[in-house]
Amino acid sequence: MNLANLSPLAVLLPILGAALAFLLIRHHTAQRVVSIGILSATLLLECLLLISVWDGGTTSVTLGGWLPPWGVVLVVDQFSSLMLVVSTVVSLAVLIYATGQGMADGDQEAPVSIFHPTYLILVAGVSNAFLTGDLFNLYVGFEILLTASYVLMTLGGTGPRIRAGVTYVVVSVVSSVLFLVAIAMIYGATGTITMADLAIKLAELDQGTQNLLHVMLLVAFGIKAAVFPLSFWLPDSYPTAPAPVTAVFAGLLTKVGVYAMVRTETLLFPGDTLNVPLMVVALLTMVVGILGALAQSDIKRLLSFTLVSHIGYMVFGLAMSSVAGLGAAVFYVAHHITVQTSLFLVTGLIERRGGSSSIDRLGGLAKLSPLLALLFFIPAMNLAGIPPFSGFLGKLGLLQAGVELGTPLAITLVVGGVVTSLLTLLAIARVWNRAFWRKPEDAEYPDPVLMTPGNVGVLPRTMVGSTAGLVVFGVALTVFAGPLFQVADGSAGIMLDRSAYIHSVLGDSVEVPPLAQPEEAQTGDAK
Amino acid sequence: MSINLTLLIVMGVLYACGIYLILERSLTRVLLGLMLLANATNILILATGGYAGLAPLFTKDTDPEAYSDPLPQALILTSIVISFAVTAFMLGIIYRTWVLARQDEIQDDIEDRRVAETPSFDAEDDAIVPLETSEFAVTPANSSDHTHPEATETPKKAPHQEGGSA
Repeated sequence: MNLANLSPLAVLLPILGAALAFLLIRHHTAQRVVSIGILSATLLLECLLLISVWDGGTTSVTLGGWLPPWGVVLVVDQFSSLMLVVSTVVSLAVLIYATGQGMADGDQEAPVSIFHPTYLILVAGVSNAFLTGDLFNLYVGFEILLTASYVLMTLGGTGPRIRAGVTYVVVSVVSSVLFLVAIAMIYGATGTITMADLAIKLAELDQGTQNLLHVMLLVAFGIKAAVFPLSFWLPDSYPTAPAPVTAVFAGLLTKVGVYAMVRTETLLFPGDTLNVPLMVVALLTMVVGILGALAQSDIKRLLSFTLVSHIGYMVFGLAMSSVAGLGAAVFYVAHHITVQTSLFLVTGLIERRGGSSSIDRLGGLAKLSPLLALLFFIPAMNLAGIPPFSGFLGKLGLLQAGVELGTPLAITLVVGGVVTSLLTLLAIARVWNRAFWRKPEDAEYPDPVLMTPGNVGVLPRTMVGSTAGLVVFGVALTVFAGPLFQVADGSAGIMLDRSAYIHSVLGDSVEVPPLAQPEEAQTGDAK
Repeated sequence: MSINLTLLIVMGVLYACGIYLILERSLTRVLLGLMLLANATNILILATGGYAGLAPLFTKDTDPEAYSDPLPQALILTSIVISFAVTAFMLGIIYRTWVLARQDEIQDDIEDRRVAETPSFDAEDDAIVPLETSEFAVTPANSSDHTHPEATETPKKAPHQEGGSA
């Protein structure tokens, strides 16, 4: 159980690694060894954390000697440790991919020496956001990862990247200001910013104040998670970044927003006050996102739109606030991080092999590079939710939970979910038909690289290897879906119950259920 | 909890100016707007601390109510540092835009414009499919000229070339 005391290392190790990598800025090989080594060590540590809470324990670590209601706490439970492990696996794969790309290009494409320290700081920020039990520390975690992401987004400082970076930075700063305003108001209303303490004290406020704070937090997190009316910045800014950077952003950053939304909905504001608006937003996110994807001809932009669209599924699961719905959402987050990242990595490979990522220019890749076709096909079918894969299982769980709930809106969302899934298949099939199956000469503006018969641009082995590793990890999520779903459902139960979380932070003497239960029952009756 | 009216009015003015400025198209004004927003938020956090009081250094026999609340000040300090870093980064970006494009304005996303102007007609998906798709020559019985395989190739190529030029 005391293994959880090591959890601050999940944040500290990457920061230390970043410092080391920064010192070794002139020694590329040493830098690579340090950053990959540190990230592997972090992954190992996080796996130990996950094992320690596998059966449903929740433990907290007090930092700096200040006791919980005042000081910063880190909380390790099933959801946070599951997110940590999945996110670090993905970051490690992307790091190896980026290293391969850097070695192949002779570090010409981007100043890779600054890439490694920044990347490790990004990982530290993500870990901090997943672990923290303090609202202001969550803000700090967000800022760490955002500031690192600003640098990664504008790596190299070319025209398009600066243009996209401006949008991204301004939108992110505005959302951070909103979050900070929400924190200030919450502190003014309750006098605390420890999440476990807030869970008790927010319930004592009157309903109007609660709703105001609730909506402010959701809007701030909604911008970061790219939920529909707040999602327009994402397809504009992500695709211009270097391939590995886009991949890690797509996998991790929006999911940190989703994670924060889950904590808000389950821990801070339980009950179903905002479930109906959340469901409407989820439906719009799914449908508008996927319709946007169908209009695109650039694979990266298309994938960015599917990313927005599939955030809708997670919000749907969250909005049901039932164990089945939330459990399926947790599973879906884990699945989607992996699959979306692998698709972006494969797109990077396609761009390298075919000279372009536009489906108007590509063609015949299935014949030129069967391995590439396989690497694209598996996560693509996974994303679309074709039966054997984890995407299907996650969607099935969500749809079942929706049918179980049975309200007309939930049924509408179930239908919307199926339609979105089919449209995803259509969008993916368009890419497959054009980029992989047709002859290169049939392309509208065929790329010269594809037309020259003898020219075989060999893909760097490290890049293909790390992509393949991530695809295999995605398939492993399918194979081990049983235990994974068990953990997801378990974590959903714990989150909806809240008492384990609050007790682990504030001690067992705090009376949670008498405060929380009547509140939930009341709002339940009122609806 | 009582509220300092001066702080509140200053905060409101800062928010109003900040929001006005971030809606501008010039990057420097957007940056100024973001700085005003960040400072307005700092004042809001300060206001949540309540009365100004003694510095929170523990001395015996002092009434706990007399101290000012140290937590908002710690939060403000953190947020000042963060907004400092972001401002420095934004300045770097603005300078870079100036070096690259000699203009201090937010630029349009070209790909986005292109997709917006794409007609709904897609040559590959929506073009009228030629009725005869067989690979074999369907020659009328009475014409003996079209026996060469090359003759069937030409009509088959036609739709693709059409798509290419569209």
